[in-house]
Amino acid sequence: MWCRKLRQESWRANLDVAMSTYLDHAATTPMSDAARLAMIDELGNLGNASSLHASGRRSRKVVEEAREAIASAVGATPGEIVLTGSGTEANNLAVKGLYWKRIQEDPANNRIISSSIEHHAVMDPIQWLVDHEGAEVTWISVNDRAQLNVEELVAEIERDPKVALVSIMFANNEVGTLQPLVRVIEAAHKYGIPVHTDAVQAFGKVPLSFKELDLDAMTISGHKIGGPLGIGALIVKKNLKLTPVLHGGGQERDIRSGTLDTPAIRALGVAATEAAEQLTERALRMVELRRELTARVLAEVPDARANGDELTLPGIAHFTFAGAEGDALLLLLDAQGIESSTGSACSAGVPRPSHVLLAMGMSEVDARASLRFSLGFSSTSQDVDALVSVIGGVVERARKAGQVSKR
Amino acid sequence: MSGGVDSAVAAARAVEAGHDVVGVHLALSENPQAYRSGARGCCTIEDSRDARRAADVIGIPFYIWDMADEFRADVVENFISEYAAGNTPNPCLRCNEKIKFEAVLNRGIAMGFDAVVTGHYAQLRGSADAPTLHRAVDHGKDQSYVLAVLTPEQIRHSLFPLGDTPKEEIRKEAERRGLSVANKPDSHDICFIPSGDNAGWLRDRLGVSEGPIVDEEGNRLGTHQGAFTYTIGQRKGLGISQPSDDGRARYVLKIEPVSNTVVVGAHEALAVSTILGEKLRMCGPTPVGIMRGFAQVRAHGAAIPCTYEFVGDGVTVTLDEPLHGLATGQAVVVYDDDRVVGSATVTATI
Repeated sequence: MWCRKLRQESWRANLDVAMSTYLDHAATTPMSDAARLAMIDELGNLGNASSLHASGRRSRKVVEEAREAIASAVGATPGEIVLTGSGTEANNLAVKGLYWKRIQEDPANNRIISSSIEHHAVMDPIQWLVDHEGAEVTWISVNDRAQLNVEELVAEIERDPKVALVSIMFANNEVGTLQPLVRVIEAAHKYGIPVHTDAVQAFGKVPLSFKELDLDAMTISGHKIGGPLGIGALIVKKNLKLTPVLHGGGQERDIRSGTLDTPAIRALGVAATEAAEQLTERALRMVELRRELTARVLAEVPDARANGDELTLPGIAHFTFAGAEGDALLLLLDAQGIESSTGSACSAGVPRPSHVLLAMGMSEVDARASLRFSLGFSSTSQDVDALVSVIGGVVERARKAGQVSKR
Repeated sequence: MSGGVDSAVAAARAVEAGHDVVGVHLALSENPQAYRSGARGCCTIEDSRDARRAADVIGIPFYIWDMADEFRADVVENFISEYAAGNTPNPCLRCNEKIKFEAVLNRGIAMGFDAVVTGHYAQLRGSADAPTLHRAVDHGKDQSYVLAVLTPEQIRHSLFPLGDTPKEEIRKEAERRGLSVANKPDSHDICFIPSGDNAGWLRDRLGVSEGPIVDEEGNRLGTHQGAFTYTIGQRKGLGISQPSDDGRARYVLKIEPVSNTVVVGAHEALAVSTILGEKLRMCGPTPVGIMRGFAQVRAHGAAIPCTYEFVGDGVTVTLDEPLHGLATGQAVVVYDDDRVVGSATVTATI
C-alpha cells in the first residue's frame, strides 16, 4: 500500500481518463465514429440472423453485408469469413480445428510448427495440444530483431513433413516485426501443409491479402482496427475443413456455433472497410509519428535502445531503458497520464519478462526494463509531446528505483 | 494491499486523510501457477483480484509489484535455513523487515513516494519527524510485535491508520464503505505454506532425516523424521509410545541440529526467566542502564513485566515471572509501557 503526501504533482483522478495520453493502441484502439454509430443503431434492432422470418432476414442481411465488407478488406471471399467472439477464439479454432482435422486424415500428422514469438492465444492452444493430445511442437527461433529464422523453418519441414499445420504470426504484437510469410507458405505448401497466420496486429496497419498470399487460415480482431471488442474472425480457405471447437447450431459454416452478434458484426464491417480504405493514409501518418516519437525519446534518453526491425508495424515503438524496471516506468508514466504497456502479465497481473524479448536473445533484466508505446489512427503529435515532456524524468526516477531494488 | 479487509480500510483512510494514494499488491510467489491453487494465505489469485476491486471502490490506481525473488531469498530461504539450524524464526517479522518496509519502501521512495501505509494494527505517536511505535488500542489484534524490526527511519516513512480502532469496527467500516472484503476471514497461516502443515512443508524441502528423541538423561524414547520439524514447547505429535515415568505430558525442550536430536521433558524444564538476545533492531533511541518494562516473545503473546538492559549489540531481559517454551530464533520485543523500544533475536535462554 502506497501513499504520497499532498504535493503539487498530484496523481490524476484515477477514473478520469479524459485527459490521458493513450499510447497503448496495440492493446486496444478507440472505435471509429462510423463503427460506433453503426453498432449503436444496430443495438436497437431486433433479430436473430438464423431466424427464418422477416426480422431474422433483416438481421441476416446486415450480417452478410458486413461479411462482404470484411472479405473485401482482407482479400478473401465472403464464404471464407468465419465470425468468432474474439481473436483468441479464432486462433484456438485455427490451431485446434486444423490439428484435429489433419490428425483425422492421417494420424502421423502430429507435428505443429510455430514461432517462439507468437501471442499466447496461439502459443497456449498449441502447448495444450502437446500436453493433452499427443501433438509435437517445434518453435522456430527468431533473430535479435524478432524476425523468424525462416531457413530453420524450411529445414524443419524438410526434415519431417508430417506436419498438421504451420502457424506464424503476420507481425509481432510487442515489437512490431513483420514476418517472412511468403517463404513460410511456399515451404509448407510444397508438402500440402496448411498455414495459419495471426494477423490481429497487422490487419488495418499493413496491406495484406488472404488470397494473394495463398493463406489457409488467418485471424483478425475487431477492437484493434476501430471496431468493437468481443468480435473477431477466422478467415478459412474455401474447402478447407476444420474440426469445430464450439459445438451447437453450426451458424458459421458448421465450423463455429453461437448466435451471431449482429451489432458487433455490422460495426466490424464498417471498421474493416474504413481500415482498408484509409490504410495508406493512416499508416503513413503513424510511421511519421512513430519516427518522431522514437527520435525524440532517444534524444531525451540517449542510452535507451529502440527494439525491433525496419520492417515493422507502423504504430509500434518499443524501447529498453536499461537499469529501469518496466513496471516502475509504467506506474510513473500512468501517474502523469501517459498510458503504455510492459507486455504480458500472468493471470494474477504479475509482470513477467516477455517471452518475445527473451526469444530475441535479450537478458531477463533488459526484458524487464522494456516498454512499448503503440500509436493508432487517432494518435497525434500532442501525444508524442506529452510523452517526451516527461520521459526523461520518469526514466531517471525508475532507474533510481531499479538501483535500490537491485540485490 | 493484500486483498484483505485491513489494508483496504487503511487505504481508504489514507485517501480520506488527504494523501495521494496508490494501491500496491505484492506478488510473492515465484510460480504464477501458485496463484491458481489454494484460497488460503495471502498470495492467491482471488486475493489479488479482491485487492484490485477494493482499490477500484476506493478510487485509487492499483499495481502489482513482483517481489517474488526478494521474498524467496530473504524470507522463505531464511525460514528454511533457520529451522535447519534448530531455530524457530518468525517469517512475518522477517517479511516486514526485508520486504514491506525495506524493498518496497526503498523502491517507493526512489519513485517519489513518501510513505508506506499498511493495515497493521499499531499506532504512531509523537512528531512527524520522529514518531514512536505503540501498541494498537485493540490489544487482542495488536501487531506491534511484528513491526518491532523497523528502524526510526522506516517508522518515519510509515503510516498505520488502523491502530486507533478495534478490528470489529474496521469490519463495519469496510461494509459502510462498500468494500466487499468486509467479511473476509483473517489469515492465520504462514502465507507461503497454504496447507498449514509447516512440518510437512519443511520435510519436503529439507528431506526426511531420522534421529533420536531422548529425555534429559539421554535415554532414547523414540524416533523423529527431522529435528527441524519440532519447535520448543511442542507437546503434540512427538510420536513417543511409552508414557513418562510420572505419566505426565512431555514437551520439546531442546533441538540439537548437529546431532539431529530432540530432547523432551517435563513442563517445568521449559521455564525461562532470563532471555539473551542479539541482532538488535531499535525502533528509537537505545535506553542506557537497567530499565523496567515488558517483554513479548510471540505475535499475540502476553506482555510479561521485566527488567532489561541493552549492552553492545545485545539485550538481557529478566522476567518477573518465568515463561514456558521459548525457542532460539524467536524475537523478543521490549516495550516501555505500550511503546516499542526494539527487538532482538533470542540466542539463549536461562
